[in-house]
Amino acid sequence: MDSSRRRVLQLLGLSALGLSVKPVLNAFAEEAEQQAQAQIKRGENALSAQQWAMVVDTRAFESEDDFAPLIEACHKIHNVPVLENKRHEIKWIWTDHFHNAFPGKAARFLSEEVEKRPFLVLCNHCENPPCVRACPTKATFKRESDGIVLMDFHRCIGCRFCMAACPFGARSFNFRDPRPFIKETNKQFPTRMKGVVEKCNFCAERLAVGQLPACVAASDGALTFGDLYDPASEVRELIRTNFTIRRKQTLGTEPSVYYIV
Amino acid sequence: MLELAIKGSKRYYGWMTFLLAVIGAGFLVYLWQLDFGLGITGLSRDASWGFYIANFTFLVGVAAGGVMVVLPYYLHDYKAFGKVTILGEFLAIASVIMCITFILVDLGQPMRVFNVFLYPTPNSVLFWDTIVLQGYLLLNIIIGWNVLEAERNNVHYQRWLKPLIYLSIPWAISIHTVTAYLYCGLPGRGFWMTAILAPRFLSSAFASGPALLVLLCLIIRRVSSFDPGREQIQSLAKIVAYAICVNVFFFLCEVFVVFYSQIPEHMDHFKYLFVGLYGKGAYVPWMWASLTLMVIGIILTVNPLTRKNEGVLAVACVLIFLGTWIDKGLGMIAGGFTPNPLHHVNEYIPTLPEIMIALGVWAMGFLVLSALFKIAVGVKEEVRA
Amino acid sequence: MSEKKLIILGLIIFVVIVTFPLWYNRGKAAPAPERILTDKAKAAKVCVRSTDYMKAEHMQLLDLWRDSVVRQGTRIYVSPSGKEYNMSLSNRCLDCHSNKAEFCDRCHNYASVRPYCWDCHIDNPKETS
Repeated sequence: MDSSRRRVLQLLGLSALGLSVKPVLNAFAEEAEQQAQAQIKRGENALSAQQWAMVVDTRAFESEDDFAPLIEACHKIHNVPVLENKRHEIKWIWTDHFHNAFPGKAARFLSEEVEKRPFLVLCNHCENPPCVRACPTKATFKRESDGIVLMDFHRCIGCRFCMAACPFGARSFNFRDPRPFIKETNKQFPTRMKGVVEKCNFCAERLAVGQLPACVAASDGALTFGDLYDPASEVRELIRTNFTIRRKQTLGTEPSVYYIV
Repeated sequence: MLELAIKGSKRYYGWMTFLLAVIGAGFLVYLWQLDFGLGITGLSRDASWGFYIANFTFLVGVAAGGVMVVLPYYLHDYKAFGKVTILGEFLAIASVIMCITFILVDLGQPMRVFNVFLYPTPNSVLFWDTIVLQGYLLLNIIIGWNVLEAERNNVHYQRWLKPLIYLSIPWAISIHTVTAYLYCGLPGRGFWMTAILAPRFLSSAFASGPALLVLLCLIIRRVSSFDPGREQIQSLAKIVAYAICVNVFFFLCEVFVVFYSQIPEHMDHFKYLFVGLYGKGAYVPWMWASLTLMVIGIILTVNPLTRKNEGVLAVACVLIFLGTWIDKGLGMIAGGFTPNPLHHVNEYIPTLPEIMIALGVWAMGFLVLSALFKIAVGVKEEVRA
Repeated sequence: MSEKKLIILGLIIFVVIVTFPLWYNRGKAAPAPERILTDKAKAAKVCVRSTDYMKAEHMQLLDLWRDSVVRQGTRIYVSPSGKEYNMSLSNRCLDCHSNKAEFCDRCHNYASVRPYCWDCHIDNPKETS
């Protein structure tokens, strides 16, 4: 190619780039203006903590029936679909055997009662979450204000790195449009779309209006929720006075869900 | 030089049309996947990655394997490889294009892929993987194209290319290292959590990449008047021989650590793959086949008598390519996800639509590869004439 | 050049295809849809911001809302007039603008934009069925 033509093309390219910068700068200026006028704040009733934590008193649950209302409450208000195909299953909170919930912790001969009893499992809202480390877009993140590990469904690209990273199998993926499989839609809460990952959000939307998580509210006192770093909190009181375990503690993720066995 | 890619024999056009047909079929199935969601695949809550990511991982290896012709020529001045470096670079381009496409078809929300750059996240290995893969693609396009153009014009390539060529060598290592880091840094995935994963990936890469190159060289010699050369093919074969030995050695190191320590979280995945776990073992025949293929590959490439027979060598290269594909593709991903973190065994079996899409991506890679090799061979023929 | 004719023909076809929308609709412009308000929206008189602002900037406003609700957990928006609003597309915006098909969709269709809000957010929070 002849060199003057090349030069002209280069100049054209550069000026196009230059022109495209201006709207961006304008946008920044406008945003600053808008911030000056309107304000954003927390709700007055919102509950706050340094790190939300949950204590599950496993002694209070004997069978699946005892857990059903909790799971039902959660899945109902969060529009969690019921998919028949096991591969497409979506769950935020569910139960499993002791040796599945706590692999490596089950002794060869276990108390009959522990072996038979189901155990509640959900996202641990780890203090050092590997899923957050793995996410390439910060679509899953640890909220600085209260330590909840949250999903931004608008941003998730569906790469499922977080699912590989989670040692607790807490995450589900929308393998298809979930809407047709939601029996009764809670109109206050959004559904999800196909192609994004979802999981328990510790009921961030309820905490914002001063309510405890749905499973805790439905548990009749068997689940306790509170601030892990407030020495006077109810969860700390329970941890202090009972022997508690956490799932896969050796991995160093620091789960925030404690179990009284 | 692009004109060389569109002037070809009937056979060339026939081959390209065939590839386009496979791409078209794959694309149609992909449109279905885009509409329905990833539910048309065999993936599940437990095996959240599968065939796409397996092929991606394997092809990163093939791309990195290209460096095995670049390094001896540019660093050790091994003149014989001067003739074939372009083939290594062009193979890398085609492979990286396949890798990127496999990532794209694996995404649940592909139209949001630019979020990776909009919200750059340096603590995510996937972020680095996109950077190193695109960098490697760019490096190989720039280097390969300019060096070939210089050869066509019978001049020495531009001086500024030299630093880029040197950069491309560690960069090739980096793409596969970062890809291994995707897996080996995840707590609670015992199968992958081993420091030898990146070295193992590299050794398998340096076997499968050059093995494919040997096959491609043999094909080029048949279909064109350009002969990549017997010495070149033999040198590549020796690289394959060493690399596949190291690969099997690394694998055995892993087997020792896992079975001597007897730690269940690490051992159960191996058990699942090689003997089955809780009565489930879809991968058992595949894994033993892979091991057998690699061992036969070692025997045929290490033994000078068989290696020097190009017919036998071709067979050996096919075996090694397949063996490493099963080992690093199929087994590496499915094995890492089974049993799942809660110790349930839910097997992952790829579905037909998933395989069709994957075939489409492979066909696209071979389309790019055929066009690029057509150009390279065309230039070589021109220069010789 | 033996292919001169072919090249010129190709260029002509290309230009014709590219300019197709222009000459196909020559002289006519599709009329912009009118804004239709529900009684509740009419009664409220003002939205969270001025009408002009909302017309031009509602997408930026919603983007700000979603980021602060989802990521910061701050859910109350205090407009310049001092009034407080719960930042929620389905529960706040659609509370007044319950006529999504008339209020949102018509204009979006006209502008040929397809926001994916409704893939997740409930578009009929008031419908009882």
